[in-house]
Amino acid sequence: MTTEALITVMAEVAPDAVVDTAGEWPNFQVSAEAWPDLARLIRHREDLRFDYLFCLTCVDWKTHLTMVYHLSSTAYRHTMVVKVKLDRETPVIQTVSDIWRTAEFHEREVFELFGVNFTGHPDLRKLILPDDWTGYPLRKDYEDPVNMIKL
Amino acid sequence: MVEEIGTTDKGELIINVGPQHPATHGVLHLVITLDGETVRKVEPHLGYIHRSIEKMSESLSYRQFIYATSRMDYLSAHINNHACAMAVEKGLQLEVPERAQVIRVLMGELTRIASHVLWWGAMAMDIGAFTPFFHAFREREMINDIMEESCGARLTMNYMVPGGVMYDIHPNFHRRVKEFIAQFKRKLPEYDELVTGNTIFRARTRGVGVLSKEDAISYGCSGPTGRASGVDCDIRKVQPYGIYDRLDFQQIIGTEGDTYSRYLVRMQEMRQSLHIIEQLIDNIPEGDFQAKTKAVLKVPKGEYYSRVETARGDFGVYLVSEGGLTPYRIKYRSPGFSNLSALDHTVRGQKIGDLVAIMGSFDLVIPDIDR
Amino acid sequence: MWNLAQLTDLIHRWLYETFPPAWALAFEMIIVGIAVIGLFAGLGLVLVLMERKVSAFMQIRLGPNRVGPKGLMQSLADTLKLLVKEGMTPDGVDRFLFNLAPFIAMIAAMLLMAPIAFAKDFQIWDLNIGVLYVTAISSLNVIAILMAGWSSNNKYSLLGAMRSGAQIVSYELSAGLSILTVVVLTGSLQISDIVTAQSNGWWIFKGHIPVLIAFVIYMIAVTAETNRAPFDMAEAESELTGGFHTEYSGMKFALFFLAEYINVFIVCAIGATLFLGGWMPLHIGEWSAFNGIMDWIPSSLWFFGKTFFLIFLMMWFRWTFPRLRIDQLLNLEWRYLLPIGMVNILLVTVIAILKWHF
Repeated sequence: MTTEALITVMAEVAPDAVVDTAGEWPNFQVSAEAWPDLARLIRHREDLRFDYLFCLTCVDWKTHLTMVYHLSSTAYRHTMVVKVKLDRETPVIQTVSDIWRTAEFHEREVFELFGVNFTGHPDLRKLILPDDWTGYPLRKDYEDPVNMIKL
Repeated sequence: MVEEIGTTDKGELIINVGPQHPATHGVLHLVITLDGETVRKVEPHLGYIHRSIEKMSESLSYRQFIYATSRMDYLSAHINNHACAMAVEKGLQLEVPERAQVIRVLMGELTRIASHVLWWGAMAMDIGAFTPFFHAFREREMINDIMEESCGARLTMNYMVPGGVMYDIHPNFHRRVKEFIAQFKRKLPEYDELVTGNTIFRARTRGVGVLSKEDAISYGCSGPTGRASGVDCDIRKVQPYGIYDRLDFQQIIGTEGDTYSRYLVRMQEMRQSLHIIEQLIDNIPEGDFQAKTKAVLKVPKGEYYSRVETARGDFGVYLVSEGGLTPYRIKYRSPGFSNLSALDHTVRGQKIGDLVAIMGSFDLVIPDIDR
Repeated sequence: MWNLAQLTDLIHRWLYETFPPAWALAFEMIIVGIAVIGLFAGLGLVLVLMERKVSAFMQIRLGPNRVGPKGLMQSLADTLKLLVKEGMTPDGVDRFLFNLAPFIAMIAAMLLMAPIAFAKDFQIWDLNIGVLYVTAISSLNVIAILMAGWSSNNKYSLLGAMRSGAQIVSYELSAGLSILTVVVLTGSLQISDIVTAQSNGWWIFKGHIPVLIAFVIYMIAVTAETNRAPFDMAEAESELTGGFHTEYSGMKFALFFLAEYINVFIVCAIGATLFLGGWMPLHIGEWSAFNGIMDWIPSSLWFFGKTFFLIFLMMWFRWTFPRLRIDQLLNLEWRYLLPIGMVNILLVTVIAILKWHF
């Protein structure tokens, strides 16, 4: 599916999404509440079939956090980016690990490095950091005089 | 650390494999639940060599951060660097000279062969045959020598700069690569004789650790691991970068999704990589090996994502720039991390010996997973 | 032609002429004991070096080449290192069994030396049930491994020991059956009788295809019984780190290591004795001229040549094949080797009764 066609279809399934076509792939900004249903829809809808979540990450914008989902379809080869804005103090979002199982590990990583809480995640524990670690290392305001080397 | 002692309520044995274990090829820590010899559950514990390269990159300039990625998947260091260089080039809208493109691909494919050759030896060792490992190192050594001459290093080459490569290739490069091609063509059938055709090896790998196509996609498996399950996920074909769209090579796709299939895909890939090198080695165009760039790079505000196919799969660099001297945020999508997440699913119900074979066929490189 | 029998006779006569019989017997025992321990240590050194050189040859390496001329002193240096290392006993182990296990392994291996005929008339104890003795004592080895694995208080050790138990007990049957084929043909359990019976040709040539099958099964079974690759389930380095000897270090580990190599030597010696004529030179039927020439080569050379050839075969296996999985290993024994061995022994019995062998 071409980018234009993709945007048209997306406008139909997610009319509230904010579209941004500046980058290589179309970006859609959706709300955290709308995301779980939309995720299920774009995963299973016959003409979209976004079955391959190849990147899941988070960006700390100092005022808020943004979850970034890079999605692609192995059947149609179209790619898009979904962004979800989250509150920085209490970031909560529904998990997508039941839709794309690769998200299970990626979400655990985001959970410990950014402090985003994924509701419904089967096993939300620290994956990389020691269990007694405090703070979220990849946030911009994180300071650790012992482990961090300033360059 | 989590206390993992003794047995479960059902009388199953809990075993810590790693962080120091011969089969984990690094400091991977797996907590395995065993019912006799049968694996019931595998739970990876990571972080033993997590350096948070993503955080480090936020304080490195656009010329520097590239080289931190050599320390991730150290077996395809060159290809990792390629992805980073490409992300910066996308931001700067740099045109990379043809000669640099060809050199990049040549080096990349050599790296891929070196990585696969090492994997071949290591996998045979996991299954219990020691000898292939040494045979593998003979060919790998030749590639390392080629790298050393042109790049100045054997493992973490740091050969990429935004806009090209750091130095021109060494005068010996052409001759050495030719020698390598001849040698490798002679030795590849020997590899097959030693391992592929072995009855015990086939018995150990066929039908073991089957990963279905749906699961492979869902778990985000890429590279040979995904392709063995029938997913056409070779970035060089799916979303060509560099000069790959002009090259003649095949995407190797398996059907069975078992350990043997993953093995065969990698063996075939070595032949394809050799084929690519053969096409290019006599056709390196003259010209600059580096585009003219400013001394200090400033990538315009925006988000850039570049994907490459490393020896392990789909490696992505997600670069967020605020227009400053350093990246605002960098996310490395490493293939090993996603492939590892499929391990538990694949291993359940198999024997403990199979776990080692399956892990070998996944070709896990721990710094790639831990970043 | 120098003959070891003359030497032993000389010592024997001198001892009995000089001392009262009881003392003479005691002296003889001491001499034998020292000789066995010496052989034990010597074999260990030689076999470890041989293994390293053979593996190096197969792996396009040089192998040890620094200590002594051409690296010949390497295993001596290794032994010295292991001797001076601290013999650690980890916390939580069953101290008594943990320390006992390596000695059991050693003693079992040492006892097996007794009935082996190293050369013509050069044998410690030519007991009339020699073959039975060997099969019985060689099963003692499993006790040492189980003991080590159980007492180590380590799950890897335990898994390795349990694997080993299942494996040795299973493969013992096949090894026993293939040994029986030669016993059936010879009609005697005594080692000297078996060797003498091959004075007109080795059993592997005289016994038609069934003995050849028995020989192949024997080699597979003893490779498994000595826990060597491709059947090194008990150690399975890439799976169980070290298997039953994970927790052992220093000299205690060395004893296990040594016992393994001695076991390899012994099973190969038994194989050479049963199938390849032991110290018996290569004789072909009634060709007396040819047989005469062969007799010029000392019998001890024949014995050690054959044994080391079989040892080389086992090393070749080790450095070529990948490891089997535990269920495949047991399948191989119970589904293939054992039924084949059983049918085979029936065939051999028919051959022996009808005197079809040469």
